[in-house]
Amino acid sequence: MSIVTVQLGQCGNQIGHEVFSALCSDSRGTHGLCSKKENQSYQDSCKERFFCEEQSAVPVARAVLVDMEPKVISQALSMAASSGHWRYSSHSHFCQKQGSGNNWANGYCVHGPRHKEAIMELVQREAERCDRLGGFFTIMSMAGGTGSGLGAFVTQCLRDAFPTSFILNHLIWPYGTGEVIVQNYNSVLTLSHLYHSSDALLVHENDVIHKICAQLLNIKQISFRDVNQVLAHQLGSVFQPAHPAGGGSGYSRNPLGDLMETLVPHPEFRMLGLRNIPQMPESSLPYSTFSWPGLLKHLRQMLIANAQMEEGIDWQVRPPQPGSSIPCTNKPLHFNTSIANLLILRGKDVHSVDLGGFQDPSLYTSWLNPQDAFNAWKTPRAFNKYEKSAALVSNSQFLLKPLDSIVGKAWNMFASKAYLHQYTKFGIQEEDFLDCFTTLEQVISSYTNL
Amino acid sequence: MTQSVVVQVGQCGNQVGCRFWDLALREHAAVNKKGIYDEALSSFFRNVDTRSGDNGPDIYKGKICSLKARALLIDMEEGVVNEILQGPLRDVFDSKQLITDVSGSGNNWAVGYKIYGCQYRENIVEKLRKTAEHCDCLQCFFIIHSMGGGTGSGLGTFVLNLLEEEFPEVYRFVTSVYPSGEDDVITSPYNSVLAMKELNEHADCVLPIENESLFEIVNKIHQMINSGKLGSTVKQNSLVTSSAGSAKTLPEKPFDAMNNIVANLLLNLTSSARFEGSLNMDLNEISMNLVPFPRLHYLVSSLTPLYTLADVNVPSRRLDQMFSDAFSRDHQLIQADPKHSLYLACALLVRGNVQVSDLRRNIERLKPSLHFVSWNQEGWKTGLCSVPPVGHSHSLLALANNTCVKPTFIELKDRFMKLYKKKAHLHHYLQIDGMEQSCFSEAISSLSDLIEEYNELDATKGGPRIDPSRLKIAV
Repeated sequence: MSIVTVQLGQCGNQIGHEVFSALCSDSRGTHGLCSKKENQSYQDSCKERFFCEEQSAVPVARAVLVDMEPKVISQALSMAASSGHWRYSSHSHFCQKQGSGNNWANGYCVHGPRHKEAIMELVQREAERCDRLGGFFTIMSMAGGTGSGLGAFVTQCLRDAFPTSFILNHLIWPYGTGEVIVQNYNSVLTLSHLYHSSDALLVHENDVIHKICAQLLNIKQISFRDVNQVLAHQLGSVFQPAHPAGGGSGYSRNPLGDLMETLVPHPEFRMLGLRNIPQMPESSLPYSTFSWPGLLKHLRQMLIANAQMEEGIDWQVRPPQPGSSIPCTNKPLHFNTSIANLLILRGKDVHSVDLGGFQDPSLYTSWLNPQDAFNAWKTPRAFNKYEKSAALVSNSQFLLKPLDSIVGKAWNMFASKAYLHQYTKFGIQEEDFLDCFTTLEQVISSYTNL
Repeated sequence: MTQSVVVQVGQCGNQVGCRFWDLALREHAAVNKKGIYDEALSSFFRNVDTRSGDNGPDIYKGKICSLKARALLIDMEEGVVNEILQGPLRDVFDSKQLITDVSGSGNNWAVGYKIYGCQYRENIVEKLRKTAEHCDCLQCFFIIHSMGGGTGSGLGTFVLNLLEEEFPEVYRFVTSVYPSGEDDVITSPYNSVLAMKELNEHADCVLPIENESLFEIVNKIHQMINSGKLGSTVKQNSLVTSSAGSAKTLPEKPFDAMNNIVANLLLNLTSSARFEGSLNMDLNEISMNLVPFPRLHYLVSSLTPLYTLADVNVPSRRLDQMFSDAFSRDHQLIQADPKHSLYLACALLVRGNVQVSDLRRNIERLKPSLHFVSWNQEGWKTGLCSVPPVGHSHSLLALANNTCVKPTFIELKDRFMKLYKKKAHLHHYLQIDGMEQSCFSEAISSLSDLIEEYNELDATKGGPRIDPSRLKIAV
C-alpha cells in the first residue's frame, strides 16, 4: 500500500525532502546485512510505499508540496533532482507568493478556502497514482502560519475527501525559547483543530532533536539541515518496511493502518512520541558494537523515565509495583505511564530478542490487556548503516509536560489579549481561541489522569 | 516572491532613499554574477526593455536589460531630486516616478499635508497605481521621510494616509527620522507631533531613527579606523556607513555616511524576503510578531557589526560579540537603552554563515540580562538568511518593540508644549485652510495616550509575576 506525503510550509518541505532522501539512500544501501531475497523484498516494499516508478527510471516521490511562498519548494525540487537517485514530480507542487506571515488565521481562514481546490486536486492525482492508497502523512510545523494554519485546514479537507483513509500528522514543536513570538497561539490552534480531524499526531520537538545533535552526534555548529537529518532518520526507522507481529512472512501491507490500530485505541489519546536508539556520529559506527539486551534496556528506561535520548537517563525511576498504591520514596518519580507502545527492531538477530521488559503490565494503564498494549515489528534488514537499531513509537505521557507548557504560555499571552487583533483581522475570534484552549485542557487532563 | 515599493518624501527622505538604491544595486551586483534578472532583484527593481525608449515593456525573465527602481520620489523643492537625476543613479529612476514642485513647504506640516496633499493627491494616486500595476504581488510600501520638516513630515504622512485608503491590504513600513534637541528648525516639534498622530493611526510599523545616534555611530567608526589600534585593516566596503563599491563616485556629502546606515537597515530588513535561508522571515511576519497591540508599532533597530576586519577567520567569540553589541546602547539607531527597559517583543534577523545553534546559544546567553513583559517571556522572532551583506561574512539586525522609545516621545511632547503654551508660530499653521486648533489638541492627545500605554506596560516591569489561572476541566 502506498502513502501520500503532504509537505506543508517551510518546515514541512525542508523535512520532507530529507525524509525522502533518507528513505531512498537506505533502500539503495548495500549494508542490509540480510539475505538478497529479504533485501529485494524490502526495497520493493519501500518503493511501493513512497515512490512511484516511472518510465524515467528515477523514482518519483509520492508527495504533494504546498507552501505560500516559492523559495523553499524550488530549493527542495532542485536538491532532489540533483541527487540523481530520486526526484519530486514536476507537477505536484503548489505555491503562492506572499507567505502566511506566521499568522494561523491567515493560513486557515484565508489561504485554506482560497486554494482548497487546487491543493486537493494535486492530492487526488497523487492518490490515484497509487495502486492501493494506504493513507496520508502530512509534515508541518506548529509555530508558523502556513504549516500550522493551512496544514490544519488541509488535514480537514483530507478527512472530508477521504473519510476512510488513515491520516498521520507529523508535527514539529518549536524551540521553547522561541522561533516565532506567536508560536504558542499557533500551536494551540493547530493542535486543537488537528485533534478533530487527524487519526494520530506524531510529534518531534526541536529542543530534543537539537540536544541529540549536540550531545550524541557531537555536531559543533548545528544547522537546521542537521536537525532535519536526525528527524528523517527517526522517521525512516518507523516507516521503512517491517514485518508485523504474528503476520505472515511479507512486509506490512498497511503500515499506517497497523500503526493506528496498535497505538490509538481511544480517540481521546492521539499524541505519539518517538524515541530511537542508537544514535551516534557515522564515523563512530565501525567502532561500536551493540547487543539487543543493552539497547532494549536503555530504550525501556527511556520510556519509563521519559528521557529524550540515550544519555542522561534517570535510572532511579521505576514502574509502580503492583499492589502498592503509594510510591515508597519521598522523591516524586515522574513515571511515564503508557497506553500503548510499538517497538520496531531492525538488523541482526532480531528474531531472538527478548521483549519481556516491554510487556510488563506495570508500564501501562489498566484499561488495555498488555498483549494489546504492546506490539513489535521486526526485520532482519539493517537500517541506515546501523547493525542493530530500535525505534519506539509510544502513546504515553511523553508529551504531557511540553503540551502543558505550550498551553500555559499561550494562556498567559491570551489573558493580556496581546496579538489578538492580528488573528481577529483574519477571522479567528476570541471564542475560537477559548474553544481551542478547552479542547487542549481536556487532553492534558486525560493524559494526566492515566 | 513579493515586491516592495519605496516612497521617498522630502529632502531627508530622498537623500536616504538615494543611498538605499545605490547600496541595493551594489548588494545585488555582488550576489547576482550572471546578470540574469531573478526573483531577488524583482523585489525592488523592474527590468525594462529600453531599446524602444523609456516606455518599454517589462521583461520578467532573462538577462538584465535596464533596471528601474520601484520607487516614487516626492519633493516640493527641486534641488535634491534634480541632483539625483543628474547623478550616477539617473537611469534607475523613471521620469514618471517623480513629483516635484518649486517652493518647498517652509518647514510647515500643514503646508505639506493640507496644501500640497490636496493639490497633488490625484497625481500621487495615479503614480502609485502605475507602480503597483508593475508588481506581480505587492507586499509592502516603505516610506522614508523626516518628521521635523514640512514636506517629509506633512506630505509624507498624507501619502501614508492615502496608501491606507487606496491599498489597504499592503503593509506600510515607515522609516522616520526624528529631530534632535538642537534641531535648527524651530517648528520641528509641531511638525513631528502632528506627523506622529498620522503614524499612530495609519502605519503598520514605524522604525524611528535619530540623527544623534547615526552621528555617534559614524564617529565611533572614524575613531576605530584612525586609532590605529586594530591589528589589521578594516575592509572598506564592509563599513555600515560606506558607499565603497557603489555607483556613487562624487565626493561624499556630510550626511552620506549617516544615510548609508539607514539604507543598510532597510536592506537587512528585506534580505530574508529576497534571498533564501533556512528560516525565512518575511515582512508580514515582522508586523505579525512585533506588534502585540495595534498602536504599539514603534520598533527600535540596531545593526551589527559596524565593520569587518580584513582577516577572514571569524572565531565564534566574535560572532557572539555581534549578538551582544546588538543590545548595547551605542548600536541603537535612536537614543535609547533597550537593556534597561521592558521588551514587548524582539526579532533577530541574521545574515550569512550562522546556524541555528549559534542563535540559540546567544539567545540563552543574553536572555537573563533582558527584561521581557510577563506575557511574552520567550518572545523572540528569529530569521536566518544565507546571503550576507557586502563585505561581511555575517550580520545581525535586531528589531525591538521596547518601552525605551518612551523617552524620545516624552521629550518630543515637552518640546511641543513649550512652544504651544506660548502659542509660538501657531499662526503659520492656523492660517492654512483646513487647519484648526483641534488638529493640535488631537495630535498631542494622541501622543499622550501612546506615552500612557507605554507607562502602563513599564509599571508591570519587575513586579511579581502572577500567571492567570488556567481553565479547569471537570474530571
